[in-house]
Amino acid sequence: MAEQSCLVSNDWICGEYLSTRGQELVDATLQHIGITLASVAIGLLVAFPLALLARARRSVRGPVLGLTTVFYAIPSLAMFSLLVPVLGLSVSVVVTGLVLYSLTILVRNILAGLAAVPEEAREAARGMGYGPVRLLFGVELPLALPALMAGLRIATVSTVSLTTIGSIIGYGGLGNLVLGGLRSYFKAEVLTASVLCVLLAIVADVALLLLQRLLTPWTRTPRRRAPRVGAAQSPAGEAVA
Amino acid sequence: MDVVERTWTWLATGAHWTGGDGVWHRLDQHLYLTAVSLLISCAIALPVAVVLGHLGRGGALAVNLSNVGRAVPTFAVLVLLLLSPLGQYGSWPTVIALVLFAIPPVLTNAYVGMREVDRDMVEAARGMGMTGPQVVARVELPLAFPLIMTGVRSAAVQIVATATLAALAGGGGLGRVITAGFRLTDTAQVVAGALLVAVFALLVEGVFVLLARLLDPVRRRSGRAAAKVVPTPVSDV
Repeated sequence: MAEQSCLVSNDWICGEYLSTRGQELVDATLQHIGITLASVAIGLLVAFPLALLARARRSVRGPVLGLTTVFYAIPSLAMFSLLVPVLGLSVSVVVTGLVLYSLTILVRNILAGLAAVPEEAREAARGMGYGPVRLLFGVELPLALPALMAGLRIATVSTVSLTTIGSIIGYGGLGNLVLGGLRSYFKAEVLTASVLCVLLAIVADVALLLLQRLLTPWTRTPRRRAPRVGAAQSPAGEAVA
Repeated sequence: MDVVERTWTWLATGAHWTGGDGVWHRLDQHLYLTAVSLLISCAIALPVAVVLGHLGRGGALAVNLSNVGRAVPTFAVLVLLLLSPLGQYGSWPTVIALVLFAIPPVLTNAYVGMREVDRDMVEAARGMGMTGPQVVARVELPLAFPLIMTGVRSAAVQIVATATLAALAGGGGLGRVITAGFRLTDTAQVVAGALLVAVFALLVEGVFVLLARLLDPVRRRSGRAAAKVVPTPVSDV
């Protein structure tokens, strides 16, 4: 009896699918990574000044937090659809929608991180003659980094997952394969794309965790008893510069 | 703008609201899916969270569950369930997917709410001779109420969003208005559907914010509005 191809029998796991459609998977994964990276990067670029503005002015704070919360409540399918008449059927629809979602998390976390900077650290920096810009980038930002990175991890993982919905307009990365697999009832395609998507989220999360450790070495608690003298000095500004 | 006008015309056309593909029927399906899934997920997650929170065990589970929930794409799970043998049971695969994604916010927030109750209060209650269940019912649950409601609200919003995706997979609900619009390349219908979904989601969020305020046992007893701030979901920070 001839062995039936797993493509014909429509198995969930199918090596032949991987070998024959490898390029398709690579393309979808690359698109997925590209959309995620662009969205999170733009989100961060927008969220940072927004958070600074919201911190400086109470009148801005309310509307910014309110509006980003409203964005977060709008279902992704509706968000993308509402952007279509504005931006056309292009990848910018998906990226814009994902940026809006990431703002909710990023602005809140940056604000929380900045609010948690001890007043003594600010005073000390001012006493050392730091101007507002140097104070922000040399002292406040490094101290707010753990909260910021926590927000960045949450935003990135959610973005990886939400990118799949972009498949409604054909820019969903691995989501395109999930939707395609649903329409053609192709089990291996759906399962492979789904697993890759989860893997992508995990890899991104771990990578950001490692980056955070690299950027904030002073937050790591030594496993064994560290030499007292060395552990005592942890100048925040120095470590990042 | 032309699109705005055409969207308005679409919404103002009575024929789009009635019949099997009409907005009212789709809204009905969406409400039904949301209510059933929210009830099931609360029935599963709340008792577990309350017991674990009371005993102070399983914190890692509560936190990890919401991390996993975030990493797994809802759309993929929905499609996987539809292609599985469960797929032939009408809307059940959709309900299962919705419940799976609603459990983490409910469980995590309720657990944190129970754990954040002032330990001194719990000690005082025990000192007064309250039994474990009495401590839960009279001290811990009332104080944890705001966070429990935050979890339920996040879950409800999540369910509304995910139920919209069911339309991509051929299920019912308001998302069908959008997907049908895409198929017909009718931008006005796409925008009209998206507006309906967005308004519905915001209404659900608003209803739960109101419910949390009205039902808060601590606030009701003190008679005055205690805190104006709506607690943000734990998972967000």
